Amino acid sequence: MNAESVIFYILAFLILAFSVLTVTTKRIIRSAMFLFFTLLGTAGLYFLMGYTFLGSVQMMVYAGGIVVLFVFSILLTSSNGEKLVRLKTGKIFAAAVTCLLGAAIVLFIIITHHFTGAITDAVPSEQLISISTIGHQMLSFDKYGYVLPFEAVSVLLLACIVAGIIIARKR
Amino acid sequence: MLHLEYFLILSALMLFIGIYGFLTRRSTLAVLISVELMLNASDINFAVFNRLLYPAGQEGYFFALFSIAISAAETAVAIAIMIAIYRNVRSIQLNHLDTLKW
Repeated sequence: MNAESVIFYILAFLILAFSVLTVTTKRIIRSAMFLFFTLLGTAGLYFLMGYTFLGSVQMMVYAGGIVVLFVFSILLTSSNGEKLVRLKTGKIFAAAVTCLLGAAIVLFIIITHHFTGAITDAVPSEQLISISTIGHQMLSFDKYGYVLPFEAVSVLLLACIVAGIIIARKR
Repeated sequence: MLHLEYFLILSALMLFIGIYGFLTRRSTLAVLISVELMLNASDINFAVFNRLLYPAGQEGYFFALFSIAISAAETAVAIAIMIAIYRNVRSIQLNHLDTLKW
């Protein structure tokens, strides 16, 4: 039981607890805040794996962008002190049984499938991907270049900006 | 010690918690929050497979990056649609959105 395991267990506990609170809490603004903590815990997992740039992107885009967007839209669309409607107990029970069955199947497959060749020790940070490598590969045309998805994502973001303005404007 | 299975179990549980929220919520914003949980779980899987099974490659890393960008774009458009719906219907509860039903 070394430091990495301890940090992983703490992060896993926080992520699972906040995920459950996200889907069970009564007020939607609290739900958005619990989602925020879940996303921060996920960024912590990326930092634990040594993927610091991915963790920073997760914090900036998710925590800085999406959660703020959620909070603003919640404040725009729901009145003060409004509570989320609960479904009937039978429907909640059916959803819980569905999720438990699905989770049982997936967990069974994960546990019985032995991943051969999975490393368990920490790779030294100089062997992991560095930010200059990311920048070069993003704009490279070579075998492991990602210039095409990079440009596609930029066009997608432009389309989303235009779509967001067109849909949400006042007529 | 980083165990691949533990990360996969964590992300599978997170995915199914998201599915539970997706099935039991009535507000469209709460449904969207559950979808974010599911997307986040899949991002963890991309990064973990890359890091612990193929540490020399970078495919999962870039997939996770692009997945984060695409989920941000999807959320922005979905929230714009919800604000437009709220202007017209004055509610974003899923059981009130029945204008298109015939």
